[in-house]
Order: sequence, then structure tokens, then C-alpha cells
Amino acid sequence: MTPPEPRRRRAPVFLERQSYRRRRLMDAARVLPFLGLLLWLVPLLWPQGQEGGVRSSSAIVYLFGVWAFLVLGSAVLVYALGRREEAETGE
Amino acid sequence: MTMLNTLVAVCLAYAVFLFAVAFAAERVALRGQVRWLRSPAVYTLSLSIYCTAWTFYGAVGSAVRTGFEYLTIYLGPSLVLVGWWWILRKLVRIGRSQRITSVADLISSRYGKSNLLAVGVTILAVVGTTPYIALQLQSVTLSFEVFSAEDLAPGEEKGHTALWVAAGLALFTVIFGTRNLDANERHNGVVMAIAVEAVVKLAALLAVGVFVVWGLGGGLSATLARIDASALGRWEIDGGRWAGLMLLSAAAFLCLPRIFQVLVVENDHETHLRTASWAFPLYLGLMSLFVVPIAVIGLDLMPAGSNPDLFVLTLPLSQGQDGLAVLSFLGGFSSATSMVIVAAIALSTMVSNHVVMPLWLRLAEPGAKVSGDVRSVVLLARRLSIIGVVMLGYLYYRLSGGGEALATIGLVSFVGMAQVLPAMLGGIFWRGASKLGAFTGLTLGFGCWGYTLFLPSFGAGVFLPEPWVTGGPFGLGWLRPQALFGIEGLDPLLHAFFWSMTLNTGGFILASLASFPQPLERLQGAQFVNVFEHSPSPRSWTGGVAQTEDLMIMAQRILGARDAQALFEREARRQGARGPLPEPTPDFLEMLERELAGSVGAATAHAMVGQIVGGMSVSVEDLMAVADETAQMMEYSARLEAQSQELARTAGQLREVNAKLTRLSVQKDAFLSQISHELRTPMTSIRAFSEILRDTDGLSAGQQTKYASIIHDEAIRLTRLLDDLLDLSVLENGQVNLNLREGVLAHVLDRAAAAAAADDAGARLLIRRDPVAERVRLHTDLDRLSQVFINLIANARKYCDAAQPRLDIRVTPGVPLIIDFIDNGSGISPEAQDMIFEKFSRVSDQKAGGAGLGLAICRQIVTRLGGEIAYLPGQGGAAFRVVLPADLALAAQ
Repeated sequence: MTPPEPRRRRAPVFLERQSYRRRRLMDAARVLPFLGLLLWLVPLLWPQGQEGGVRSSSAIVYLFGVWAFLVLGSAVLVYALGRREEAETGE
Repeated sequence: MTMLNTLVAVCLAYAVFLFAVAFAAERVALRGQVRWLRSPAVYTLSLSIYCTAWTFYGAVGSAVRTGFEYLTIYLGPSLVLVGWWWILRKLVRIGRSQRITSVADLISSRYGKSNLLAVGVTILAVVGTTPYIALQLQSVTLSFEVFSAEDLAPGEEKGHTALWVAAGLALFTVIFGTRNLDANERHNGVVMAIAVEAVVKLAALLAVGVFVVWGLGGGLSATLARIDASALGRWEIDGGRWAGLMLLSAAAFLCLPRIFQVLVVENDHETHLRTASWAFPLYLGLMSLFVVPIAVIGLDLMPAGSNPDLFVLTLPLSQGQDGLAVLSFLGGFSSATSMVIVAAIALSTMVSNHVVMPLWLRLAEPGAKVSGDVRSVVLLARRLSIIGVVMLGYLYYRLSGGGEALATIGLVSFVGMAQVLPAMLGGIFWRGASKLGAFTGLTLGFGCWGYTLFLPSFGAGVFLPEPWVTGGPFGLGWLRPQALFGIEGLDPLLHAFFWSMTLNTGGFILASLASFPQPLERLQGAQFVNVFEHSPSPRSWTGGVAQTEDLMIMAQRILGARDAQALFEREARRQGARGPLPEPTPDFLEMLERELAGSVGAATAHAMVGQIVGGMSVSVEDLMAVADETAQMMEYSARLEAQSQELARTAGQLREVNAKLTRLSVQKDAFLSQISHELRTPMTSIRAFSEILRDTDGLSAGQQTKYASIIHDEAIRLTRLLDDLLDLSVLENGQVNLNLREGVLAHVLDRAAAAAAADDAGARLLIRRDPVAERVRLHTDLDRLSQVFINLIANARKYCDAAQPRLDIRVTPGVPLIIDFIDNGSGISPEAQDMIFEKFSRVSDQKAGGAGLGLAICRQIVTRLGGEIAYLPGQGGAAFRVVLPADLALAAQ
């Protein structure tokens, strides 16, 4: 008479919010180097030459700006990932 | 002179300081406080050996010559670290789980622990790294000369500096690089010293940069303005080199032996990699930040024609900043020394693990586990390798004479080491990568690199003949080293990089696709590619054969007695064994092999364990061989079982025969006593009665007749007995002549019945016969047959103890012919049944009428006639069956 018990060990179709976030962080960590490569290949498109070329000071600012962005991005991702993992294992 | 002296003193002090740091680190590690020694910061700083003296000094020179191109070799590694999730994470995990000791070890482990590949990669690494070490020595020498130029006559001290530096570096590396043969190959002292050097070189470069920008350039914006106004003022790069060098430096970063050493081998915890993923790009960014300003200001301030490679040093010096110059010098010195130290350690590990140890093992083949101390051999091999590698670098420096040729070697070396990349990445991402593929790719890539870049880098005519370079070998224009397949005008470096990597990757993929990997390769491949799914390594050993004690002896020699004993004890406890020695289970052997691999490399450890375990490495072939063997053994044991059954049967038969023989022996004794008795009884009466006849007078005629007839009767009885015996012996010896005749069975039986009845008053026996069935024609010795029948009927007459004795003679005509004689007496007891056909066997003594030869004679006769006679049990009385053979009966039809 009792209704059949729901199956317990069904693989979740939707991850919990925590693991979902963690996986997206991993995705971001995977994408970051490609973004960096893309940004660092942009100078290939710049005009060259002593006359109309991009000024070196701008180039320095751009290249090291990308560098700083990558360092910061990577650091934030690593920090966030570490916190997520701690939270998940802590539970 | 004072300046030089000060410099030498500073150098020595710095060296002593480094020794002290390394020594202190080792002490701290010994006390077990490795926590802060092994912090992510130290790990990140140790990665800085990527920045060698070549980049420390050379970056500025490169910026002067080619603008922003110098950045590319920093950008590549930065991207690799930012993308740690893709490659480095896996590489580090594999390195930790498989106890990888070097690049060569990684490749060898992945491709079925092949030592051939390991040797190949080792050679590549030595060839690629030696010029690099020479470059470091050159830069130190050059920087020394900057200071000494004012004090010394040119050329006076030259060369000695390089030698002293080389010797000092070799000493340091030997002391701290081979201090221990730890299973995990970590060198706390060295890593700590490198971290300190990393700080020194960064601080030096930053200090020079800050001095240049704010001290000489007049602030940030002013410096930027000066840059824009200089020769480097506009963005000008070769697009191909920009992208190509970024790729090349990224590839080289993964493959350079010294980077691999600190990145993977010395890695203590995977989380350190996470920190390094942002901290190391930051370090590289800082290292390259002030390069362009230094170059621009240097070009402005320094006299024309001065070497831009040394601006970092000469700029502060020319401004009277001696302290800063010394700091800068120490930065360059640090860059050079740390690179040489780690490169020497990495190379010596490879050389000793993949070249010296296998050779030593082969030479000391039978006694590797008995003679000598492997531990000391490994250490000695490693020390000699270190000295050899450093001295090779020095020799290269001396022979090449320094200068421009050497300066270009950095990137040449990068391209060389990058040849390992396809095999490495293929190995950790593609399960189909095979040993043959790796070997093909490496060979093609190495060959192509040597031909298109390495050998031409010495200049035309040194290793490659002049006409080869300009016109191609043997006039084949499309094979010109710097214009393969007729593609001209490419930058030589990019040309070589492109072709070598293309051929390498192509060969690697094609050969992998075409070949079929060995079982061990496939297992290792799965372990490497799916390292995150299952961390334990493949089952490599089957236990049971290995002698734990031998393993212990070997492990002690490699790991050191204390560590080995602790390891074995731990394992024994885990297994729950009572003694200190664990069982050689596959798990244990595998673990032990991995531990040993940390010291001597995977291939060597595999070989050493294999030597003791007896080559019981499980491959599919081995399994098949084992299965075959098992099948053979099963067959053999089945055969044994059959044999043992047969033996049991034979033994049973033998026992029966033995029992019969024993009975026969008893019978023979009985026969002898019987025959003497049988002969004696009539003889006694004959003698007695003949004596009476001779000696007694006055015997009546009746008495005389009576006695004489007794004598006569007894003589007849004797004769009959002797006749019987003779008959039997004739029959037994097979000397009887059969008198074959035609006849009818009924007549034979009639005659036998009459003869038996005539014997004495036995008319009481009733004989029942079947006249119809007896009408069978026979072709046999009728007299002998009737003798048998007479005997059987007479026996029935004598022994049938029924009140109304009756004998049934049943004839079953056919093939064979069966004649049964069945009486209604009490029969013969079972134990007597198989004895009645023996001589002198009588069923009972009481009724003893004959000598007991009758049935024996019967059996002999029937056997002679080709038939059988047997007792027929279970017929209600004594029953005998005579079976006459088919041909007799047939002939009778």
C-alpha cells in the first residue's frame, strides 16, 4: 500500500550551488591562459614602423597591463577555488 | 685592483652565505621542520631559475637589438603557469604519483619504462644544456671583466674566472645536490639557496631599474617620454618571431631539465602550484619590467659601441654607484649559479639513473643484490655526473671561445629541449601514444634540430661543410640546412623550430597510430592519462616468488638502512605480519619499486626489482605464458592422477597376486608334504604286506592272495598317482599332443557318465541330461574332453552331500558352447572357490578320496583345448561351467 520509496543514489542532474560554482571557476581557470594568449597576440595587429607605429610607452602599458590582469585573475581564481574546496570538504 | 679584490671578497662572502643558507636548510629539514622550507613562496622563487644570467644581462641587450622581442620568452612561461589547470596540474600529479625524477624518467616511465627513450632524452638534455652552462660561465666571466677592466691588463685573468666559478659550482652542487638519495629527490638546501638567489637577482634588477627610472630617467612619465623619443620609440616586431618565440619558450619551459626539476620533482604539495600560477608570472613581469628603460637610458648615457648585454652592470658603474653595481653583479652571479646548480643536479640525475646505473647493473649482473653498495654507487655516479656536466660546460666555453656564437645558443638550446614536448604532452593526454611513436618523434626532431640549427650555429665550415650550408648536401638544394624543402627567407630559428616540431609531432603521431604498444606501455599510458581517476600505479609484479629478504638488502643499499627498515616495518604492520618482513605482495612490490624509482629512476628500479623477483613483471605475454604453464601443469597433474590411479590399480593387483603367491607357497609346502604323504601311504602298506609275505611262514593261500592283491591295489594307486602327476606336468609344460577328432557331445557325455559310474558303487547319483541340446558336433580331442567330464561327474558323485544326490548337465549350444555341471549339494565355500583348481587342493580332508589333482588336470586340459573351466557360484550346489571356444563349436555345426 505504501508508495515506492524514491531511489536514493541517483546522480544529481543539477549540481548543488557550491559545486556548480566550483566547476565554473575551474572553467574560468582553463579559459584564462587562452585569453592571455589572445591579448598578447593583439600587438601583431598594431601598425609598425618609425612613422605611424604604436608608441613604445603605450605598448609597455598595454603588455604589462595584460600581465597584471593575468596575475590578478589567476590569483583571484586560485583563491576562490581554494575557498570553495575548503568549504566543500569542511561540510 | 682594489675594486676587483672587493669584488672577489664579496663573491666569496656571498658563496659562503649560500653555503650557510643551504646548510641551515638541511639542518632544519633534518629536524623535521620542513613546513616553512616548503612554503609556496619558496617553490615559486625556486622556479625563477628560468631567469638565467642570459636573461638577467641579455634581456637588455636583446631589447636594444630587437625591441620588445625579449618579452616573448617571459610571456610563454607566464601563460603556461596561468594555464596550470591544463598541463602543470597533471604533470605534477603524475610526477608525484609515479615518483618521477627527471624529464627522461617521465618519458621512460610513460612509454613502458623504456631505458632506450630515457637515454635518448638524456643525451638530448646534455647536448642542449651544456652550451647553456657555458653561457652562464661566460656571463660571469664577462661581468668580472667589467670590474677588472680598469685594474688589469686585458686577458690576464680571463679563463681562470670561469674555471674557478665552475669548480666552486661543482663543489656546491656535489655537497648539497647529492646529500641524500631521498625517495622523492628533494634537495632542501639547494632549493633554499636558489630561493635566496631568486630574491637577490630580483632585488638587484629592481634596484637597478628604480635607479635608472627615478635616478637617471627623472621619474616615470619622463622615462616613458624618453623611451618614445629613443630608437626603440615605436612598436616594431617581427610577427612570426613574436608568436613563435612565445610558443617556443612555453614549450621549453615545460621541457627544460632544470625547470622540470624544480617544477615537478621538487614540488612538495600540489597547492604550491596554485600559488605559483599567479606569483611566478608576477615575478617574471617584475624581472622584465625595467628592461626597456634600462636599455633606452643605457643607449643614451653609455658611450657608443659599449656592450648592451652588460648595461645592467655598466650603467650603475659608470654613474659611480659601485654598491649598486656590486648588487647587480651579485644578481647576475646568482642567476648564473642557480641555473648551473639545478641543471647539474637534473642532468646528473638523468645521467646516473639512465646511463650509469643500467650499465653498472648490466656489468654487475649476477651480483647486483649481493656485491657492492648500490647506494654509494648511485651517489658516486651522481657526483661524477655533476662534475662531468659542469666541466663539460666549461670545456664548451673554452673551446667555443665565448662571444656572439655563444650568445645565440640560448634559444638554440630551447628548440632542442622543446623536442621532448610532443612525447611529453602526447604521453599525458593521449593513451594511444606509443614507445615507437615517442622514439620516432624524438629522433626526427633531434636530428632535424641538429641539422638545421645546432650544427649551423657554430658557423659554416665547423661541423657542416661550407657547400652543404649554401648549396645543400651533395648538391641537393632542397636539403639546405636553413632552407628545408626550398622554403627560403625564414628566420633560421623559426625555420628550425617549425620543421623540427612538425617532423617530430608528425612522426610521433604516425608511428603511434601504426604501432601497437606493449602491455606495460598501455598500463602506464592509462595511469598517466587518467592520473586523476586512479592514483595508484599499475599492477606490475606478482609476488610469492620474490624473497623479501633480498628485497630488503637491496632497498637498504639504495634508501639507506634506516629508511628501508622503516619502510618494510610499516608495510609489515599494514599487512598484519608478525615479523619485521612483509609478504612480497604485488602491492608491496609496486610500492617498493616506486620508492626505489625516486632514487634511481623508474627503469632502473624496475630492472632491480625484476632482478630479484625474477622478472615476474606481468605483461599480457607473461600472463599468457603463465596460462600456458598452468595448462601444462594441469595436464601434467591430470596425467599424474591417471598414473596414480593406474598405480593404485596395479598395487591392488599386486596385492592380490601377492596374496595368491603366499597361498601358493603355502600350497607348495602342502603339495610337498601331500605328495610325500600320498606316496608314502601306499608304499607303507606295500612294504608292510610284502614283508609279511616274505617273513611269515604258514600263510594260507587266501591270506597270501589277499595280501598280494592289497599290494597290487596300492601299486595301482601309486601308478595312478604318478600318472596323474605326469599328466599334469605334461599338460602344464604344454607338451601334450592333442588327438583332434570329430564327435558328438552326447556320446562324450555318455562315455564319461558310464566311466564315472563304473568306478565304484555310486549308482545313487542321478544324472539329469538334455539329449536334444547335447546333439552338438565337436571337433576336438574327445578323449581329453571326456577325461574332464569324468572328473566332474566323479567329483559330484564323491562330494555331493545331498540326501538324494543329483547332477544336472545343462548344455547351451551356440558360440561358445557352454556345458554346466550342477549338483544339489552344499557347494563349495567362497574362500575355497578360487583354490579348487590348484594342485592337491581338496575341499575337505574327511572325504579325501583322491590326491586333489583332478580339477587341476581338468583346467589344464580345457585351457589346452582353448576353452575355460570355472566354478559357477550361486547355483544352489557345486556348479562347474565348461566353456568351449567358438571355433570348436563352429566346426561342430
